[in-house]
Amino acid sequence: MPYVPHTPEDIRSMLDTIGLDQVDDLFAALPEAVRFQGELDLPDGLTEEEVRRFFIKAAARNHGQLELTSFLGGGVYDAIVPAACDAIISRSEFMTAYTPYQPEVSQGTLQAIYEWQTYICRLTGMDVSNASMYDGATALSEAVSMALAAKRKKTVVLPANLNPRYRRVVTTSMRGEGITIVDAPVAFDGTVDIAALTGVVDGDVGAVVLQNPNYLGLVERTNEIQAVAAAAGALTVAVVNPVALSVLQTPAEFGADIVCGEAQPFGIASSWGGPLLGFIACTDAHKRRLPGRVVGRTTDSRGQEGYVLTLQTREQHIRREKATSNICSNQGLNAMCATVYLSMLGTEGLQELGESNLTRAAALRRRLGKIDGVEFPFAGPVFNEMVVRLPRPAAEFRAYARTRGVLAGIPLDGFAECGAGDLLVAVTEKRTAVDIDLLGEVLADFLAGREEVSS
Amino acid sequence: MVPDDRKYTQEHEWVQVDGDTGIIGVTDFAASELGDIVFVELPEVGSEFSAGDTVGTIESVKAVADLYLPVSGEIVEINEAVVDSPELVNSDAMDEGWLVKVKLADPAEVDALLDADAYQNLLGG
Amino acid sequence: MSQDSQLTPERWNASLPDSIFNQGVAGRRALTFPKWDGEDVSADLPDAVRRAAPADLPSLSEPEVMRHFTRLSNLNHHIERGIYPLGSCTMKYNPRVNEQIARLAGLADLHPEQGPEDIQGLLGALKLLETGLCQITGFDACSLIPAAGAHGEYLGMLVIRAYHLSRGDTGRTEILIPDSAHGTNPASVVIAGMTPRTIKSRQDDGRIDLEQLRDALSEKTAGIMITNPNTLGLFENDIQEVAALVHAAGGRLYMDGANMNAIMGKSRPAEMGFDVVHFNLHKTMSTPHGGGGPGCGPICVTADLAEFLPGPWITANADGSYGLDKVPDADSDGIHSYFGNVGIALRALAYILRLGGNGLTRATECAVLNANYLLARLKPILPVDHEVGCLHEFVASGRSWKENFGVRTLDIAKRMLDYGVHAPTIYFPLIVDEAIMIEPTETESKESLDHFVAIMEAIHAEAQSDPDLVKTAPHTTPVGRMDEARAAREPDLRFLGPCNCAI
Repeated sequence: MPYVPHTPEDIRSMLDTIGLDQVDDLFAALPEAVRFQGELDLPDGLTEEEVRRFFIKAAARNHGQLELTSFLGGGVYDAIVPAACDAIISRSEFMTAYTPYQPEVSQGTLQAIYEWQTYICRLTGMDVSNASMYDGATALSEAVSMALAAKRKKTVVLPANLNPRYRRVVTTSMRGEGITIVDAPVAFDGTVDIAALTGVVDGDVGAVVLQNPNYLGLVERTNEIQAVAAAAGALTVAVVNPVALSVLQTPAEFGADIVCGEAQPFGIASSWGGPLLGFIACTDAHKRRLPGRVVGRTTDSRGQEGYVLTLQTREQHIRREKATSNICSNQGLNAMCATVYLSMLGTEGLQELGESNLTRAAALRRRLGKIDGVEFPFAGPVFNEMVVRLPRPAAEFRAYARTRGVLAGIPLDGFAECGAGDLLVAVTEKRTAVDIDLLGEVLADFLAGREEVSS
Repeated sequence: MVPDDRKYTQEHEWVQVDGDTGIIGVTDFAASELGDIVFVELPEVGSEFSAGDTVGTIESVKAVADLYLPVSGEIVEINEAVVDSPELVNSDAMDEGWLVKVKLADPAEVDALLDADAYQNLLGG
Repeated sequence: MSQDSQLTPERWNASLPDSIFNQGVAGRRALTFPKWDGEDVSADLPDAVRRAAPADLPSLSEPEVMRHFTRLSNLNHHIERGIYPLGSCTMKYNPRVNEQIARLAGLADLHPEQGPEDIQGLLGALKLLETGLCQITGFDACSLIPAAGAHGEYLGMLVIRAYHLSRGDTGRTEILIPDSAHGTNPASVVIAGMTPRTIKSRQDDGRIDLEQLRDALSEKTAGIMITNPNTLGLFENDIQEVAALVHAAGGRLYMDGANMNAIMGKSRPAEMGFDVVHFNLHKTMSTPHGGGGPGCGPICVTADLAEFLPGPWITANADGSYGLDKVPDADSDGIHSYFGNVGIALRALAYILRLGGNGLTRATECAVLNANYLLARLKPILPVDHEVGCLHEFVASGRSWKENFGVRTLDIAKRMLDYGVHAPTIYFPLIVDEAIMIEPTETESKESLDHFVAIMEAIHAEAQSDPDLVKTAPHTTPVGRMDEARAAREPDLRFLGPCNCAI
């Protein structure tokens, strides 16, 4: 019996202590009418080796980013997973530990969360962060809720170039709260149209959301958007790629009030989209509305410094139906992973990471720009993702590229003003010149009509 | 025995009348039930409420209590000292730990509240 | 004599390391990146969009990083160190093969934008998990997307709301919740846009009060949210009658499955009359707690509610291949950017495959055996108000210790830390005074349980002879009781000092 120590003698002895004859007697109080008769229709248990073999076979039928050359982005990126990160999060002390409700025996987890909170604040320029959220999309939902509650308003403005997956999650959750969503249109250059934004941000709006870089990969007119929001008395909620904060303007610098996003690229495997690592942070003024767990530093009864979960009265276990959120378990061990990752970088390492992405993005643009028929519809600065416009459907190119071992990107047809020829292509620090060259070659073959010959 | 220079409510708050102003706080009992108070959220000066409205919160480490306005009126002053040092509510709930001052819209509302004896009875004599 | 049988608190030889932000020296580095090996190219990012100053992060070498986090790890209690008898948390052993398989190339490196042709093995595995969870609960359809139990509750509420709206029942906005419920329950109802309505439990045994229920049912009832067994570890014996009443009133039943470990193979939510249930895979199905996640909170539903589950849906084709149906578009609902915590779902599947149907039933039996054994041995010193029919957990009260020795449940919990075990859940459920909720799980051996009892007896003796020792515990842990009032009054939530790395 896997993982259960009990021998028949153990069981007999324990039943005797309890005063029962057999194990079935333990369930005597279950009403007959709801007793499950027979056995669960599941296969018999496997040995560990058979379990391993099952998954090795399942994995062998998949083709991931180690095997294929990936240019997929859109919120999750092909990032390095350092061995040290994995070593630390595999430690039983972190992996099997419970939520740190008994701080005296949880200082490891608590100090690590405090360090994670500090990292997020240093990256974003915010004052306060929390222990993590499920992902960038749910973090954004919560950020919007926070902003609207702070302003006691019921309208939020979402940019048309917001990550569509995030938009769906926000829309679903706002419906439950009776919130109105207004769109901020996108200008011809792929960024938020400031004039149109000014038109829709009125006195009813409590929050204006901006994504930087946006889903099209472009850097937004962050200061201008914030100015429009502030003028109308609304808060600015920024969705950011924390890797991009290695080089891009921080949300604090453009006056954001609440910041959120997806920190998966800090050492976390993509794992078909989960578990990920949402984060949320805010200025000091809003800290009491922050959802989830927050760790604070304090002293103990012996006068020593230590850490403890604090501001708990925001949370569900105390406020119940008046809680700011229902979040309980978050993405703790992944936050641990990112904390180790960031500790492996340092200031210079973070800058190198950022420049690494910028260089490869520039190289991608140059390489693809050499191919006849390829256009870049948006001219503005990017971090590591960009829209490539093809004279043939992007979905067809994606399918062809796959036959050449390349995951070419995300077709954008129907998103914002994008059409069938538009493809979102991402690079990361893992992409080499050879990779980018391969993409170029495959694209050239596709556009020249050479697919049948090559595949 | 609770002081008889003021009136009380079932929610363990007190109202002390000073001219046409009512000074409002929570009782010692409420403060001790909550434990160490760590944060007090008070309404904005100038805002108007009706009797029974929730106007703020009092938070301890492990609990939150709503602050109700027992009478109708406009908030004319809030106790900044308590906002800065919430522990004042624990140490002196009945005096220095007052929370808000209200310009009474209807002084008769105060009469309907519990007097010292009635509140003492509520506490169990 | 095993390590486990020591009964003298030993000083924990670990102290907090300096903050990582105080460590490091400019020029040190642990992680480097492949140099760009192509033509020279300049990034051209305008200064106006760049951050003014680089982020101030500490610079450390890999050995220093490893040492810092290893030192931190030495400060934690964890399952391999000792028991975690936390009620409703099901802190069972986390099998290591689960960790191995989740990291396999071909699983860990899949990007969520990859199409079905690249993930046939993954889809087959996830479909198998859905089938398994349905079999365990008796339901017809499953969504693996919720990333935690509370997230599952939220989705369950959305499903029930969508069901009523599809029938034009816009007025059904109330969800009934017993006062013994976990805090996430009412919070989830509110987030889903409905109104929680509390119903008082029975005084005598903490179960649902049918009178209270009847009074609360109305044409506004959308449903009821019940934990079964309830948060006292007791099975709701009247559950079928509850279901009949709620269904007759037009509502649907949601089961908080946090306590599934008590009933696998013994009773199934579908047959009890429920319509939706959520699992906490990081409880019942052995996935790691991680110090606070990631968890996974899948829901299973009846056939008629299946249409309200969010896409994408995994489909099994006749030729043995798998596909994705109801792929979300711009107007679809969503609760997560992708498919939830897939990596955690895979770990749970490994556990279910390892145990098999018989194994899961056996796990439940031993979980309930362990809890009842502890109850029998502890009740002389820790009275249990509602003990008849306790399943995998029981709620004791420290009330008598408070009355007799002036020692509260909090103090008992803190003294337990000195003895190398984690305290049980305390002050929950709210309906028991000085509550201590104990759930040993099935992976604790008899010796471990006996050791736990010996510890409680020792603390009981201390409470009698030297109550101050207990009231000021813990004494041997790396830190003592934290000043939580100060933490909340003067929030210090991030490290402010500059890093030791002048560039």
